[in-house]
Amino acid sequence: MKRADGKGAVVLGLAAAAALLASGLIESAPEQAARKPNRFAGNPAAVRAGAKLFGRECAGCHGSQREGTSAAPSLRGSRIHEAPPGALFWVIRNGSVFQGMPSFAHLPEPQIWQIVTYLQAAGDASPPAK
Amino acid sequence: MKLSCKNVLLAVWAVFPLSAAEAPYVITYSHQMEEPGNLEIETITTTGRPGEGNRFFGNALELEYGVKGWWTTEVYLDGTAEARESTVFTGYRWENRFRLLHREHWINPVLYVEFENINGADKSLREVVGFDSEEDLAEAVAGARREKKRELEAKLILGSYWKGWNFSENFIAEKNLRHEPYEFGYAIGISRPLGLVAEPGSCRFCAENWQAGMEMFGGLGTHDDFGLRGTSHYAAPAVAWTSPGGLTIRVSPAFGVTGASAPFLLRFGVSYEITQFRRIARQWLGGGR
Repeated sequence: MKRADGKGAVVLGLAAAAALLASGLIESAPEQAARKPNRFAGNPAAVRAGAKLFGRECAGCHGSQREGTSAAPSLRGSRIHEAPPGALFWVIRNGSVFQGMPSFAHLPEPQIWQIVTYLQAAGDASPPAK
Repeated sequence: MKLSCKNVLLAVWAVFPLSAAEAPYVITYSHQMEEPGNLEIETITTTGRPGEGNRFFGNALELEYGVKGWWTTEVYLDGTAEARESTVFTGYRWENRFRLLHREHWINPVLYVEFENINGADKSLREVVGFDSEEDLAEAVAGARREKKRELEAKLILGSYWKGWNFSENFIAEKNLRHEPYEFGYAIGISRPLGLVAEPGSCRFCAENWQAGMEMFGGLGTHDDFGLRGTSHYAAPAVAWTSPGGLTIRVSPAFGVTGASAPFLLRFGVSYEITQFRRIARQWLGGGR
């Protein structure tokens, strides 16, 4: 029992550290990149496409409901909803390879914007069905 | 929990169903790394009928694993089947790729280091270096397999993405650990997905699931006879399709453009990526969450 509690604390600690790291990552986006507008903002088709892409590219680490896993932090909440779309785009495209977040530069730019659109439009419930 | 192969396969298929689209090249490496914890399983076959030789099928089974965001490791198991000859295991290769820069730049370097322990019957054609030629492919496996090749290979991989296009350049140096000269080669590629914007729903043959491109590769001689004279070079259009289930199929005919090259080779492969294999393996082995 003791061991399980210790393990739980470690997992919580890691998750908190990962969340801090992720928020730092968003803030580290250059101002010019953060100011880029999202031409898909508010487009329902882009939200659905973004949900599909999220399921394919991101859910393995961030969880299918964006709830976070031991591998990567949660992508729910105001931290994501209120972030400048350009900053999220910059984080996804560049990643932070020495801290575990891979670069998704291989995705075409419109697809990265579709993921951003989904992340910012999604509530904290399940993603829309495919 | 009782584990069986069937349970394991079902779990992998059901929970982690998809993989990222990749450049369609067979030989050229882009700077894209395997995502940390993911495992990609791929089989690539090269077939041709060089000059006086028999038709051959050179196959490489690849297991690629993302150790870190900046480090990908890969093991190849190679074999060759030849008409009117035998089918032989030709050896293994172990490669490691290291991404050198933290973020995405207009050009992105990756360092590649590989150890090969193969024999002369290996026709999987993972690269062309030195004076590799059609004659090497025409040699019967029974004789060729007696030649042992223990080689170290280094590549500088440069890659860029621009408006959906991928540009990749590989510079290759290979050294047989016996007293043989350094051999050089290159591979370059350009590719693009057919659709840049994803469809809202799941779709099988929509443009976003296709990648098309072209690669060129060839030898550049050795350190004491560097250049294009007597070397073989190929131009190879390539196309890849990724199914909604995550299976990627790639096909690439390669056309020899010099006298030393085989006139025509056909390469085809199938790959599947298991997302977060590390976590699955930990759950199986340790029962962890």
